[in-house]
Amino acid sequence: MSRKFLLTTSLLILIAIIASACQSSEATTAPGEGAAAPSGYGVLVQAIKDRGKVVCGSRTDLAGFGELDADGRNVGFDIDLCRAIAAAVLGDAEAVEFVPVSAAERGPALQTGEVDVLARNATWTSTRDAQWGNFTAVWFYDGQGFMVPVDSGINSIEDMNGATVCVTSGTTTELNLADAFRQRGLDFTAVTFEDTATVYSTYEEGRCDATTSDKSQLASVRQGFATPEDHKILEITISKEPLTAAVPSGDDQWFDIVKSVVWGLINAEELGVNQSNVDQMASGDNIKVRRLLGAEGEWGQADLGLEVDAIAKAVEAVGNYGEIYERYLGASGLNLPRALNHLWTNGGLIYAPPMR
Amino acid sequence: MVSNVTNSLEDIRPPEPPGLNTWIRKNLFNSWFNSLLTIISLVLIYLVISGLIRWIFTQADWEAVLKFPFLYLVGQYPRDQLWRVGLLLAIYSLMIGMSWRKWSGIMRVLALTYAGFFVFLAFWPAPVPTLTLWMRAALLANLGIIALGYFLGGIKKITPRYLLIAWMFSLVVSLLLLHGMPMGGFLDIVPTNLWGGLLVTLLLAIGAIVISFPLGVALALGRRSSLPMIRIICTVFIEAIRGVPLISILFLFSLILPLFLPTGIRIDRLMRALIGMTIFSSAYTAENVRGGLAAVPFGQTEAAKALGHSNFQITALIVMPQALRTVIPPIVGQFIALFKDTTLASGVAVLELLAVGRSVINSDPQYLGLQMEVYGFIAVVFWILSYMMSHASRRLEASLGVGER
Amino acid sequence: MSSKKSPTNAIQFHSQVPFWRDERVLRIAAQIVSAIIVIGLLIWAVINILNATEQRGLSLGFEFIGESAGFPIGESDIPYDPSRSFLYAFLVGVLNTLKVAVVGVFFATILGTLVGIARLSTNWLVSRLALVYIEFHRNIPLLILLLLWYRGFFTRLPDVQNSITLPGPMYLSQRGLQLTWPRVTPNGWPFVISILLAVILAIIVWVYLRRLQEKTGRSTYFSLVSLGILVVLPLIGFLISGGNPLQADVPVLSGFNFSGGYQLTPEFAALLVGLVTYTAAFIAEVVRAGIQAVDRGQLEAARSVGLNYSQLLSLIIIPQAMRVIIPPLISQYLNLTKNSSLAIFIGYPELFFIGKTTINQAGRAIQVFAVIMAVYLSISLMTSLILNIYNRRIQLVER
Repeated sequence: MSRKFLLTTSLLILIAIIASACQSSEATTAPGEGAAAPSGYGVLVQAIKDRGKVVCGSRTDLAGFGELDADGRNVGFDIDLCRAIAAAVLGDAEAVEFVPVSAAERGPALQTGEVDVLARNATWTSTRDAQWGNFTAVWFYDGQGFMVPVDSGINSIEDMNGATVCVTSGTTTELNLADAFRQRGLDFTAVTFEDTATVYSTYEEGRCDATTSDKSQLASVRQGFATPEDHKILEITISKEPLTAAVPSGDDQWFDIVKSVVWGLINAEELGVNQSNVDQMASGDNIKVRRLLGAEGEWGQADLGLEVDAIAKAVEAVGNYGEIYERYLGASGLNLPRALNHLWTNGGLIYAPPMR
Repeated sequence: MVSNVTNSLEDIRPPEPPGLNTWIRKNLFNSWFNSLLTIISLVLIYLVISGLIRWIFTQADWEAVLKFPFLYLVGQYPRDQLWRVGLLLAIYSLMIGMSWRKWSGIMRVLALTYAGFFVFLAFWPAPVPTLTLWMRAALLANLGIIALGYFLGGIKKITPRYLLIAWMFSLVVSLLLLHGMPMGGFLDIVPTNLWGGLLVTLLLAIGAIVISFPLGVALALGRRSSLPMIRIICTVFIEAIRGVPLISILFLFSLILPLFLPTGIRIDRLMRALIGMTIFSSAYTAENVRGGLAAVPFGQTEAAKALGHSNFQITALIVMPQALRTVIPPIVGQFIALFKDTTLASGVAVLELLAVGRSVINSDPQYLGLQMEVYGFIAVVFWILSYMMSHASRRLEASLGVGER
Repeated sequence: MSSKKSPTNAIQFHSQVPFWRDERVLRIAAQIVSAIIVIGLLIWAVINILNATEQRGLSLGFEFIGESAGFPIGESDIPYDPSRSFLYAFLVGVLNTLKVAVVGVFFATILGTLVGIARLSTNWLVSRLALVYIEFHRNIPLLILLLLWYRGFFTRLPDVQNSITLPGPMYLSQRGLQLTWPRVTPNGWPFVISILLAVILAIIVWVYLRRLQEKTGRSTYFSLVSLGILVVLPLIGFLISGGNPLQADVPVLSGFNFSGGYQLTPEFAALLVGLVTYTAAFIAEVVRAGIQAVDRGQLEAARSVGLNYSQLLSLIIIPQAMRVIIPPLISQYLNLTKNSSLAIFIGYPELFFIGKTTINQAGRAIQVFAVIMAVYLSISLMTSLILNIYNRRIQLVER
């Protein structure tokens, strides 16, 4: 009797579990029905608006770019781009669902439309652009360099013949490293890890004679070492690394929106619009500023399906490009020199088409 | 006369229990070889323990562990919704307290460990703003709840059966409480991509073992079926899953499955990892259950057949109950293995305990050198929990009388 | 329901039951239905794959496998450089997996047996230590164990300039263990071939003569004869190759690293040590259970017949314990092989690591995955085949 009772209950519970499992998967699916493979202009944008959330492929394990703070909130240079997009499209910088994506999953996550935007410091390459989706506008210019111990006597790639180099696997970095050595007919041993922290700590402990990565990363990592003055970053740069957010292919409107948000943030810095003065600037008399912030005319919001003050909201939420940089990569963050990532007016490469 | 009796009693009295010296001589130094082994062992023990103590107290820097209690516990779970986790812990406190009174044995070990967890957490040396005094007080209050549960457990009307049902429903209740009602309702939805830490580790292990159990039973029956088609299908499935590493199955479900799914269907990541672990676990459960089925004497089936029972009845009422009794210990063993294997989910971007540890290490270049501390801490957490479970399993085994026959 | 049938009904089972309750019909129907479901699922999956590949511009072809891989691999026993093809990179991965599996199985068996015996030691301290060892390893995730070994030990060795010199000479440093390695001289090949021949011949002769002895009962001196083959044949090879077949290749520190000799990297070493210590804990339990499974009466009987300890061990305990030990032991070997895929977390380039890198660099997740699965499956199936053959032989012996 009681056994039968138990049997029935356990069956019921099983069904309940399966049902709740299905429901919880539905819960994330249902609003974005059809989101998985946007096929056509504006379809994905509509899906995002219906869902009320931008799904952002991100990472939690790279200081400055994508990490977790002590409260478990996603923070970082790439993360703020997603927040800005959410603020522009949905009017709420918190309306983002951050999905942690491993390096190997970046391509598939875009191809399957699991994420609406991938902001996970991915290098824009022509093959990836063809295979994964569409790369938007460059968010951070980087170049690959080498870090070596000061007392190693290494000053150039030629000095590294026969050296052991620590590098992150499955990245363009790894390929560039191989190319650079092969080009010069030099020999090297690679020690590769998936996890960047492992790469650097392995180098710091002396397992490798050198480590290679984007120079920005090297600079930030060097500061975290126990004795930063024992390590130096070589002058040489062996590759171009334009780190860029990407979107799934299929919805050109969404593609345009993400590009526009990036440009908007850049233009905001160029025009001196920042988080604290965005309101008074909108009511100011600079026509370019007023147009950018939606106070005058329309620079295409109608075509993009955005509110006129989309960029104003984005800037209000996270600040302009320079402020975001300052927060995570500048003096209050990793303390990287802006170098290539200065505005074009300051001798850098950060340049956005006009917003009109 | 009287003295005479005492004398004879003294003669038959058992010899004095061996003193410490005798014991040492007998167990440690009974031959030159054993003496050598003893000395080597003592040196080894001294080296390991003194080295460990020196490292823990003088060399290690525990900042990367101590500063982030919630990250390790629940990952990104919104801090303003933490009360839900707290409530869940309180519910379990009550149930564990009641079970302690009802079943004693393993439940006592579980309850004491659970209480220890609260004490440990309440005195976690994290900065007060992270772990407020209120929270610490609430954690300690759970000790009272366990005691209350122990008291309530004495009430006759609450029969073990109700308690068992409560345990069965607890998983669903936990999921609903943590996630919020799927249809909305008064709780905010906390999407699973915010869950993390120990919470996800436990959820993955428990979810996978619970769901994989019926699957495994079905597969085991299928593999023993007299129908060749079904037997082949089940055998191929089981062997294929057992033939490849878990990490590759996790990858299959997190990376490849989404590519296969029809347009419009998206399964969330935690669910994908859970499916992977469940499928993996079901193949092993199947083999364990098959072992149990094989242990049921064939005479039982024949006798049941002779009494005119149907095949279904024979399986469900006669063979299975006997088989499952012998299967409990290996299933618990499998659960422990699965619990440890959840660490592999960190490879598919599920923020379980190890992945949280890695994010902490990565979050600040200054933590790069603190990997031993973080990994060591996680190792200790896993060790305590799995040791607890294997200890409980051994007691269960003894109380079921499996293994002796 | 059917139990409530009256006995008469049951007797008339074959003649009168309608076809939907006829067991023969039901059996066939159940099989057809399950086959249809499985085939249907497969077809559904295939259609989905085709749809998805079309929609998402994926390719299902294997042409990429001939393209040059482009990524470096840290260690390889066959010459590799980034201009080699993906296929070749896979081969490197498979060889690396097999290398760590074979060496790992060897050492895990030795360590596991030692710990298992220690567990049964009459020395209380030794037996407790073995227990602590087993409990420590059984309750800790392998992945964390690997990370602890790698981070906590192998990368903290002295740097290459101050390496520890071990007899051999071997050099232990952060670059790993540099072994002095025998290299075959140009005219040394006859010697190597003769050794191989000798081993094969010795095994064949040993098996044959042993069977003969069992059959006829006459001593055939099988051990002695095989040993003779093992000594004489290589000697001939040695003479043919002019007395100098092998040369010690001593590692020398030059520039950044050692050159010459054979290098075991810290990644390999950490993976090996982690897998060995972990698996040994499980093997120890298997060995202990096997030894304890030998009936006490057997031991007493053997003692009373007058067998000495080594005879007791080799004639009574080991043969009986082996029968219990071998099946779970092989499944532990298989676990070790599969667990070697965790190397991805500590940078040893085995199959899974190479596969994942390939997915990153070339896309083609589906194809790469198929290759990985196929390799692991064939290793497992081969092992279970051997196990089955062994089990069958054991059963024959039993009768």
